[in-house]
Order: sequence, then C-alpha cells, then structure tokens
Amino acid sequence: MAERSAAARRSGTAVLVLVFAFLYVPIAVLVALSFNEGGLPTVWSGFSTRWYVSLASNQDILSAALNTLVVAVASTAIATLLGTLLAIGIEMRRRRGTVLEALVFAPMIIPDIVLAVALLSFFSMLDVTMGLHTIVLAHVVFNLAFVCAVVRARLKSFDWSITEASADLGASALTTFRRVTLPVILPAVIAGALLAFTLSVDEFIIAFFTAGAGRSSTTLPMQIYSMIRFGITPEINALATIVMAVSVIALAISQRLNRGMVGQ
Amino acid sequence: MTAIGTRPAFLMAPALAWLVGLMVVPCALVLALAFFQRGVYGGVDYTFTLENFGRVFDPLYAGIFLRSARIAGTATVIAVVLGYAAAYAIASCRRSLQPVLLFFAVLPFWSNYLIRTYAWIVLLNREGLITQLLRWFGYEGEPPSMLYTEGAVIAGLVYNYLPFVILACYAPLSRMNPELAEASRDLGGSAFTTFRRIILPLTLPGIAAGAVFVFVLSIGNFVTPALLGGGRFQMIGNLVYDQFLTANDWPFGAALSMALIGIMMLLLLVQAYASDRASTRTAPVREDA
Repeated sequence: MAERSAAARRSGTAVLVLVFAFLYVPIAVLVALSFNEGGLPTVWSGFSTRWYVSLASNQDILSAALNTLVVAVASTAIATLLGTLLAIGIEMRRRRGTVLEALVFAPMIIPDIVLAVALLSFFSMLDVTMGLHTIVLAHVVFNLAFVCAVVRARLKSFDWSITEASADLGASALTTFRRVTLPVILPAVIAGALLAFTLSVDEFIIAFFTAGAGRSSTTLPMQIYSMIRFGITPEINALATIVMAVSVIALAISQRLNRGMVGQ
Repeated sequence: MTAIGTRPAFLMAPALAWLVGLMVVPCALVLALAFFQRGVYGGVDYTFTLENFGRVFDPLYAGIFLRSARIAGTATVIAVVLGYAAAYAIASCRRSLQPVLLFFAVLPFWSNYLIRTYAWIVLLNREGLITQLLRWFGYEGEPPSMLYTEGAVIAGLVYNYLPFVILACYAPLSRMNPELAEASRDLGGSAFTTFRRIILPLTLPGIAAGAVFVFVLSIGNFVTPALLGGGRFQMIGNLVYDQFLTANDWPFGAALSMALIGIMMLLLLVQAYASDRASTRTAPVREDA
C-alpha cells in the first residue's frame, strides 16, 4: 500500500508499538523476575541466578523434563515419518477429497479438551494402562497433521516430472525418493519436525488426561501447571524462561530452514 | 505405477490409520457415550437416553454455555480489532520490514501456553506490575483485584490468540492489489469508504479465519479460565474437565464435548461460506503475490 500520509504512518507506528508492548511486556516481566534475588516473586530486589541453580536440584522438575523429552522425541519421530508420507501421498493424488482434507485438518482445530476426554474414554474402555506411551500415541495425532501441513506447502511447488525422469533413467522408487524427492522436501521435513517437537513439549491438556495416575509420567507442562496452582514462585519464573528459550530457538531454526512457513 | 513407484494410498495408509484409530474412533466413542446413562457408582450404564443432551440446555449449564460464548465473543472481537489493526500497520510498512515484524508478532504464539497465561498472573496479581505502577503514580489504596475476574480471562485469551489473528489478517492484506484502493480514491471514495467497500470485503476471509479460530479455541478453553478465572465452572472446557475427572459423569461430559464440536463445525461452515462469498465477489489479486 503506497502513498500514505504522515498521519496514517504515525498511527500505524502507534498501533505497532502498542500491540508489540502488549505481546512482549508480560513475557519481559516474567524473564526479568526470574533473575530476581529476593524470594518475593514480583518485587525486584537485585540480580541473581540462584533460582536457576535451585531448579537444577529439583528432582520433580528434572524427572518431568526428562519425561517431556522422551514424549517429544518419540512422538516427533513417528509423526515426522507418518506426516511426511501422508503429505507426499496427498500431493501425488490428482483428485481432491473433502473427507480426506477434513480428516487431515481436524487434529489442528479440534478443541484439545475434547480430544483429551475422547482418548481417556478410549484408553480406559480398552483397559490400556496409561503412561508416557499413551501420551506419545496421543501427541502423534496432532503432530502428524502439522508435519503434513508444512511438507505439503513445500510440495505445492514440486515438479513431479523430475521423479518420472528419475524412474525413466532406471532409479528404483526408493532411490528416487532418497535422491530426488527427499532433498527437495528435507528443509520442510526438518521444519515440520521442529514444530512438532515444540508442540509436544508445550502440550498440557491431552498429556494430562492420557498420562494415567501416578507421578511417574508427569510431563513438564503438567508439573508447571501444578506449581502455578500453588502460586507464583521465582522458581517458576526461571523454569518458564528456560522453556520459552528452548521453544524460541527451535522456532528460529525451523524458520531459517523453511522460509515463509509463518504464512501458512 | 505413479511417479515414485508407490501408490499414494499406500503412503497415506499409516498416518490415516493413526488418525482413524486415535482420533475418529475415540471421538465416535465419546459421541456414543453421550447417549448412555451415568452408572450409579460413576462409570457408564449402557441404557439409551437423550437426557444428557437435554441437560446441556438445563438453565444451569446453558448459563455456562452463554457465559462461555460471551467471554469467547468478547475476546474474539478485541483480538480481531487489535489483530487487524496490527496486520494493517505491518502490511503498510516497507516490504523488507514486513517479514521481520510478522515474525516477532507470531513469536510469542510458539512459547508455552501455560507460561503465557502464567505471565498474566504475575502481571495482574495484587503485588504485580500493574499495582506497582499505580503505587508509583501515587495510588495509595487497596490494590485493585484484577486477577480471578472475567476481565482477566478475556485478557488472557486475547493475549494468547492475538498472534494468530495478526497472521490470518496479514495474508489477504499483503496480497491485496494496491491499485484497487487507489482506483477507489481516484474515483472520489473517501478513505473510510475505500476501507469499507474495498479493503474490508477483500480481507474478510482472513478476518473470518482469525475470528473463528479465536472463538473456537476460547470457548473450549480450559487452562485460561482455570488459572486466571478462579471459579470452578467458569467455562465449558472446565465443565467438561470436571465431568470426567471429578464428578465422574462421563456421559454428560461426552454430551458437552459433542456440543463443543457442534459449535466448532457450525462456525467452520460459516467461515467457509464467508471465504466462498468473498472469492466470488472480489477482484483479482495482484499477479506477483
């Protein structure tokens, strides 16, 4: 949009300043307070990293973090494989199927509380013992949909005739995939995997419902939720800062690999 | 044989089996559960009944639905107005600056939802930043109670979903052909008329997508009302949670979940209709977009 008056430009800048302040002030306050010396969670009394040190010796948090890592790695690995194959399959098909599109879109929009209670009912009706493995099963559902969406976006501009050329030149299906298709879509596959990893690390409600009883399968968001229920502590501030930093780094890498993913 | 020597159906099969087995079947199960009675000691008594759906319309629960809809609706309106303004401002910036601004607008969206909500507890609690700012300006009275109010829930929802609205509104704004707005101005349309008759209709699909997203995720939300709202039955999500984990009335919880799914599907249809209408009515977009 060109040729705008100075007044319009100023109000545009004002809007952006306000919106960015709204988005970043709460996070900035949280991060700042995680370095707060004093025990009071919201009153500044000097710089310190003691809450990060005390986190490192909190067994509950460490085991929750380990559980989260296990769930995220396993569900990301499965979802990346299945989601990528799904994306290739869908894009190879000449026909568009409404049911198929709805099925692939549904995990991204379905209210998480609904999927959570559905899986809880399902697992308990089948008498499945719940634990980290059932969280993985559940997380793959939405993770594979997101991986599929990212890979499909990449495949939209893919020239399928080069795979035919490869086949004509005598390459097997597997060789063609490994040498032709995969190199083209690899950045999207990795970006999708990082996205899935972030989603899984952050997911709370579905994990909460499918973790079963007992503390052994508590994930980090579940741990954070129960800590928040007890009130604000500087330790949560520090933990929150670390978790946010990890997500931001994963997203930044994903963005670099797959420019324009944000626009999907 | 197709291009890579494998049939698409074969490639899609594992993922589709996963989705059917762990999403479609469990959701169908919940739908079925909604038609049975609650057992005397919790659990499910497999006798057919429509009572659970009737209870959804019981004044007590209908009231929670209405309150949820009001909270979600308010959050949606605020998020759409703020998000559209921000997207418009971003789309008006230099082309080279736009991806950077967009990235930073969306960045908070990828940090943990619980943590973003928790940040508002830190901000709004009685000794939080806002109270301290008030004190700094000379306010001496009792700290205002901002946490555990409906306003806090709305603020939390707007905060959490605003980035998505910005994204959804930015897409059509950045694709819009600027010559259309210029033509309208040249033909004597005022800035407001141009906005109302040209820009707004062209960007309606983005607004609809953003609004539906915020509303659907807000009305089914569990975490924000639980953490920022205080009360137990703040919104439908909390009510569903309670039926499954405390009240142990799974059939009723199932009926509530299905009502949520129903609302979601209805809104998605409205959104599809809005973008359909927009695409049949609007002028071509810029070629290079």
